[in-house]
Amino acid sequence: MNKLDPQGIPHTTPRQSATFTHDINSDIRRAAATGIYDIRGGGAKRKVPSFDDLLFLGASISRYPLEGYREKCETTVTIGGLNAENPIELDIPITIAGMSFGALSGPAKEALGRGASAAGTSTTTGDGGMTPEERGHSSKLVYQYLPSRYGMNPNDLRKADAIEIVVGQGAKPGGGGMLLGQKISDRVAEMRNLPKGIDQRSACRHPDWTGPDDLEIKILELRELTGWKVPIYVKVAGARPYYDTTLAIKAGADAVVLDGMQGGTAATQDVFIEHVGQPTLAIVRPAVQALQDLGMHRKVQLILSGGIRSGADVAKAMALGADAVAIGTAALIALGDNDPKWETEYNALGTTAGAYDDWHEGQDPAGITTQDPDLMARFDPVEGGRRLRNYLKVMTLEAQTIARACGKNHLHNLEPEDLVALTMEAAAMAQVPLAGTNWYPGKSGNSF
Amino acid sequence: MQKIDLSETGLRAMNKMLHGQSEHTNQTTWEIVNPKGSHAIACGLDAPIEVTVKGSTGYYCAGMNQQATVNIHGSAGPGTGENIMSGKIVIEGDASQYLGATGHGGMIVVKGNASSRCGISMKGVNIVVQGNVGHMSAFMGQSGNLVVCGDAGDALGDSCYEARFFIRGEVKSLGADCEKKEMREEHLALLQQLLDEAGIDADPTEFTRYGSARTLYNFDVDNAGAY
Ligand SMILES: Cc1cc2nc3c(=O)[nH]c(=O)nc-3n(C[C@H](O)[C@H](O)[C@H](O)COP(=O)(O)O)c2cc1C
Repeated sequence: MNKLDPQGIPHTTPRQSATFTHDINSDIRRAAATGIYDIRGGGAKRKVPSFDDLLFLGASISRYPLEGYREKCETTVTIGGLNAENPIELDIPITIAGMSFGALSGPAKEALGRGASAAGTSTTTGDGGMTPEERGHSSKLVYQYLPSRYGMNPNDLRKADAIEIVVGQGAKPGGGGMLLGQKISDRVAEMRNLPKGIDQRSACRHPDWTGPDDLEIKILELRELTGWKVPIYVKVAGARPYYDTTLAIKAGADAVVLDGMQGGTAATQDVFIEHVGQPTLAIVRPAVQALQDLGMHRKVQLILSGGIRSGADVAKAMALGADAVAIGTAALIALGDNDPKWETEYNALGTTAGAYDDWHEGQDPAGITTQDPDLMARFDPVEGGRRLRNYLKVMTLEAQTIARACGKNHLHNLEPEDLVALTMEAAAMAQVPLAGTNWYPGKSGNSF
Repeated sequence: MQKIDLSETGLRAMNKMLHGQSEHTNQTTWEIVNPKGSHAIACGLDAPIEVTVKGSTGYYCAGMNQQATVNIHGSAGPGTGENIMSGKIVIEGDASQYLGATGHGGMIVVKGNASSRCGISMKGVNIVVQGNVGHMSAFMGQSGNLVVCGDAGDALGDSCYEARFFIRGEVKSLGADCEKKEMREEHLALLQQLLDEAGIDADPTEFTRYGSARTLYNFDVDNAGAY
């Protein structure tokens, strides 16, 4: 590349801009060609400080570990015992997050129910209402109460084991849902009372309440409607975790579901996914602080989601004070989403296994995020359920392995003192010491 | 007739009693006194009973109603009859905002005025208002009918889908993608039927029909300015 021009002056090497990268330039060309912002599924793809930036210390002379296959390490969790006559009792602290029927096929929803039930945990409906296959195959089903109220009816409400009032989602704090026309089959259209083939924009705000005082009355109404039997969760995006958790508790929530920016969505604007909200790592401690300040930690449960992938993530979330976690994207991958076995078909769609995120287009080769009967038929809900169960079991075993190594006989006994951070950012966000020090940014009374 | 004094019985016990009524109950008429603007009165009913509330109610009275008739002898707070599925709610006074939000079926009648966002996201409910309705009424209305014998405020039917609006008086302004429609025979007949069912005496020919222009149903960059 050391070309000389006719005068013999050497050229500089061609240099790719760090600002105008290949990715960015392709975004600009796409926008210029279409006039529409990019819509996609999934969560933030950019690198943000995460649970990967934390490490467990394990046991040593000052702490003793528990025997791997001999000494028990419990994993149960009870959610919603504060006000509900029938709180949710789970065998494992890993739940399946709300994903809409419409975004997902009926068989995919069934598989989530099967896998969750076999692993002793709950699954959640989504924007689009409750389907019989999902109710039938989920031993514990959380019914989402969303701004769109698609398919909302009191009969389904009373069939639910818990109700989750959705205020926001980590992928799009302040944004509503989106289901483009190509995925609106007859069944989806009927459940949502809308014409077939039109773009459905779910509202971003509840139609009949705004703010914490109204929310308190809304929770009262839902309790009255269901005879105070089932817990009421409030799901918020990880935007202002301290205040949102405080206000949710004040409004009377039995559990707070907190979803960080890595959290997946069925479809929204890429600019929203990548630029609004806070990383999951950054939102746990403020939420736990709010619970503690109100004397509600462990009374009102905190369910954390957004990029949870492994037992290590589960253990870290719990060590920072969460009571349970929820998974969306990881569950879909366990079912077979983005599997390299469909690589030629992903290539035909202009993408590659692992990067496929056009879930809103309904052409999912794996037959999960689609309403196309032929594609749907590729997916076996029984096998999908088995795979999800296995994955949930593995995550639980991994979390137990870590907890035992830290000397804990219940996952809930993990604590921030079991952790160190690899980076200054992670140390500040998780409020655990930077590895090799006894300090984290913002820690008072202890400086360099 | 069964009479409940809400100030003595309390909300939970009262709603429990009403929820306990079966399909074939012989206790079909209920009167609630001293409501004092309480929230969630008679929400979630699901039996062919008639409940009359003597006084004004707070938020979400008769929310998610099925089968029952609920009469409010006073004014009704925000979100009254939200997500109503069937049955009827009759409000003698005025209704606050979000009346019948996301209602899937049944009928709501208001003898006075209804505030803003009346019938927001309606999904099949029929709402008949004798007076006026406030701004953003029937916002994102999906299906069902909103009948207004008086005037409508700003942005009527903004971003609506297949819901129909019949307005007798003035419409301050129409919302995005809402337009004036032709009043055909079938609409006159439907309107007459709705007015009869609501027990309101008005001449269908004096009303104008509005509904979706259907230009925002699928995203088109040229419409981006409409939002
Ligand atoms: C396909 C898909 C559909 C979703 N649908 C909903 C929904 O209907 N309601 C909701 O509150 N969240 C929805 N979410 C978000 C999840 O509930 C959850 O917050 C998120 O997936 C957690 O992050 P994770 O995907 O990294 O595990 C959806 C997510 C995905 C991937």
